[in-house]
Amino acid sequence: MEIKKPAIAGTLESSDCQVTVEAGEGKIDFLLDSSVINQYGNQIRRVVYETLGNLGVDNVRISVVDKGALDCTIRARVEGAVFRSLEQTENLPWGGAIRS
Amino acid sequence: MNPNKKRLRRTMMFLNAQKPGLIKDPYIYKPDSIMLDLEDAVAENQKDAARFSLYHALKSIDYHGCERVVRINALDTPYWKEDIRCCVAGGCDAIRIPKTECANDVKMVEREIEYAEREFGRPKGSVLIMAAIESARGVMRALDICEASERLFGIALSGGDYTKDLQTHITGTGIELMGARQNMVIAARAAGVQCFDTVYTDLNNMEGFRQDVETIHLMGFDGKSIINPRQIKVVHDIFTPSEKEIILAEKIVREIDSKKAQGIGVFTVDGKMIDIAFYDGARRTIELAKASGVYKGDL
Repeated sequence: MEIKKPAIAGTLESSDCQVTVEAGEGKIDFLLDSSVINQYGNQIRRVVYETLGNLGVDNVRISVVDKGALDCTIRARVEGAVFRSLEQTENLPWGGAIRS
Repeated sequence: MNPNKKRLRRTMMFLNAQKPGLIKDPYIYKPDSIMLDLEDAVAENQKDAARFSLYHALKSIDYHGCERVVRINALDTPYWKEDIRCCVAGGCDAIRIPKTECANDVKMVEREIEYAEREFGRPKGSVLIMAAIESARGVMRALDICEASERLFGIALSGGDYTKDLQTHITGTGIELMGARQNMVIAARAAGVQCFDTVYTDLNNMEGFRQDVETIHLMGFDGKSIINPRQIKVVHDIFTPSEKEIILAEKIVREIDSKKAQGIGVFTVDGKMIDIAFYDGARRTIELAKASGVYKGDL
């Protein structure tokens, strides 16, 4: 999937995260802001990369502001931002490219 | 028949599916069902994001036996079909239809659920339906709605929209809801499905809430929609049979079973006249006590 336009999903509320995507420069550029970056930074990064891999997105600048989100929330926000950038809201690939 | 159709549903707690902080651990409060909401609680510009949040919550979070019901968007919106695909793929237990006006609304949702069950490899009939009635027209057609699908386990009154349609408002006394409540519970019983009452929104009036729950319990409802964990214990206390009620029910069942064998139709238990008409009620009390986890007997 190609990122078509900048998009954002999620909030800065506790237990959530805010994910911003925009077209990349031929690779994944990942930026993370989290108060638990020392404890969970690698885990958050792994979940973001895995979710992008499932979606077939490999050319993106992605920024995550984490407020203590569970893995399932991080996945949801990454997918939310990517599908917003594609302006796709129907016939989504539940259980396919969108998976836990 | 889906074995969960008749399960215990004293409390159904509404949660905004778009709020991770709300949907990550509501099971700790032990409601019988949680109602993950894609409809009114979710802002128009967050409908898409709420679905991803819902899907992964359903897939990843262990809700420890709480039934997972999803309230989809109304059938006059562009969202409801994709809502159904999302929650069936995620593995929800049931779907709540908002603003149900007639039997055809239930049939339309049933059709989409069937498509989704096939698409996502779920057994046919695994997703149940409940219908929220929110208008005078819906109340007048309650029996048709109750009988519209084998998947439908119950109907629920939605008091806010209903009172607007009736050109009145929620007073806290329940007088404005009397007709709808009575009509709906009779329709549900006639069709053999469950009936659930509307939310009580004044969280600072717990005594008013208790009175409201006592009223609907006496009217025959199976449970109540709730909006805060504080309301759960009140509902469960009222809807769970007391020890005294359980003991009396056991005596009635045992006496009727033994007297029937002796050819005796009418007799007394604890000074009260008892006949076969009391049997089903006593059995129901014991079944409810079992489902609530408070029954220690052997019937």
